[in-house]
Amino acid sequence: MTLLGLYNYWVFIFLLAVGIYAVVAKGNYVKRMIGLAIFQAAVFLLFITMDKVEGGTGPVILPNAPIDQLYANPLPQVLILTAIVVGISVTALGLAIAIRIREEYGSVEEADTRRQDEQA
Amino acid sequence: MATTLFGVITLTLVAITAVATVMAKNLFVASMWFGIFSLLMASNFFLLDAADVALTEAAVGAGVSTVLFMGALALTAEKETHSTAGVSWLPILALVALSFALFIATFEQPVLGDINAPVHQHVAPWYIEKTPEFIDIPNMVAAILASYRGYDTLGEVIVIFAAGIGVLSVLGFRPKRRQEITGEQLGKKLRGVQHHSILRVVGKLIIPVLLLFGLLVQFHGKYTPGGGFSAGALFAAAVMLYGILEGADRSALAMPEKMMLKLAALGATLYTGVGIACMLLGGAFLDYNVLWSNPVAGQYLGILLVEFGVGLTVTTVLILIFNAIANRPTYQA
Repeated sequence: MTLLGLYNYWVFIFLLAVGIYAVVAKGNYVKRMIGLAIFQAAVFLLFITMDKVEGGTGPVILPNAPIDQLYANPLPQVLILTAIVVGISVTALGLAIAIRIREEYGSVEEADTRRQDEQA
Repeated sequence: MATTLFGVITLTLVAITAVATVMAKNLFVASMWFGIFSLLMASNFFLLDAADVALTEAAVGAGVSTVLFMGALALTAEKETHSTAGVSWLPILALVALSFALFIATFEQPVLGDINAPVHQHVAPWYIEKTPEFIDIPNMVAAILASYRGYDTLGEVIVIFAAGIGVLSVLGFRPKRRQEITGEQLGKKLRGVQHHSILRVVGKLIIPVLLLFGLLVQFHGKYTPGGGFSAGALFAAAVMLYGILEGADRSALAMPEKMMLKLAALGATLYTGVGIACMLLGGAFLDYNVLWSNPVAGQYLGILLVEFGVGLTVTTVLILIFNAIANRPTYQA
């Protein structure tokens, strides 16, 4: 049971590694943005894992809730709620830059753009 | 116990889809995998009692981001080329070492749902205890987002606005020397999926429901999970769906770009304006207590206005980004 309680952290580590791998090892700029998005999702998972309380419920106080009702921690949820929307805006900015690179270089592969830069 | 097991299963699927996303050489396939990844992630957030986050992740991750990736791919390249498309071992070795170190560290972390974890000892219990007294709205996430942590949220809104301006300034520039592809080819590209009758009919049935749900999430967000961020993403998803079905030029006609830009600025200004109004009424910046004779009613009014500002900015910025990418002509290199 204790080991099962750590499973979320292991998936977080795995997603972190997969995300960094896509950013570091892939030459395609769009693929790198996808890798960055996976990396972000890993961090979201870590924060949301923190909020869970055994026997608790979502942080909404219902009118007929018992006095000793346990609630999930709302603070990590607030941080991640805003981070998701900020994340997509920043990803969109990265994609826009990838589109401009394609228009100037005719490719979104790092190998191609680097070769053209060296020739210039 | 059943929830924990279900969580383990969804998280395993999340891990598998993440690998599939990175392995896929065809980037359209990769972005579809990423959409599935986000949806699974959202369902897992729901299992972890974070309904607000699940709602936002489902709308943003599975909806908006997939559309934006697809749009960007239409303007860049469909497939990965070059040797980097294969597996490179050096980064994998380094990341395995890093993962192992982190893995060892997890054994000293509190297990899932542990009430004695450090994160539950400070600040959060105060929020949970005092929210009914000070703000008196059921959804504590909305209370913290708009009131206790109003400064943070204002910053996030400004970042979103700045990112929108950034996309527009990057894509607003049109390269010289390059020929736009015109004529029938462009017409086909912009006309969306008009030739798919089933997609059009079903899609158009979804749009009004999506907009109505967005309104519920926006204005009922104080009582149930929701708020400006999730509602904004839902509204934007509805407009994007219309753009996909009918062509992005038509959705841009329905939502003119100049108006969108003004509304995006208005949303951020409304938020800041509420803060300044609080100062003029003798309170601190974003201290809603002074907005009404009764402090709790003041909090209610402040949160309503601020969430509306957030919703306005998020909706318009996401639509502006979509239009900028979808309406960009294809340039011949």
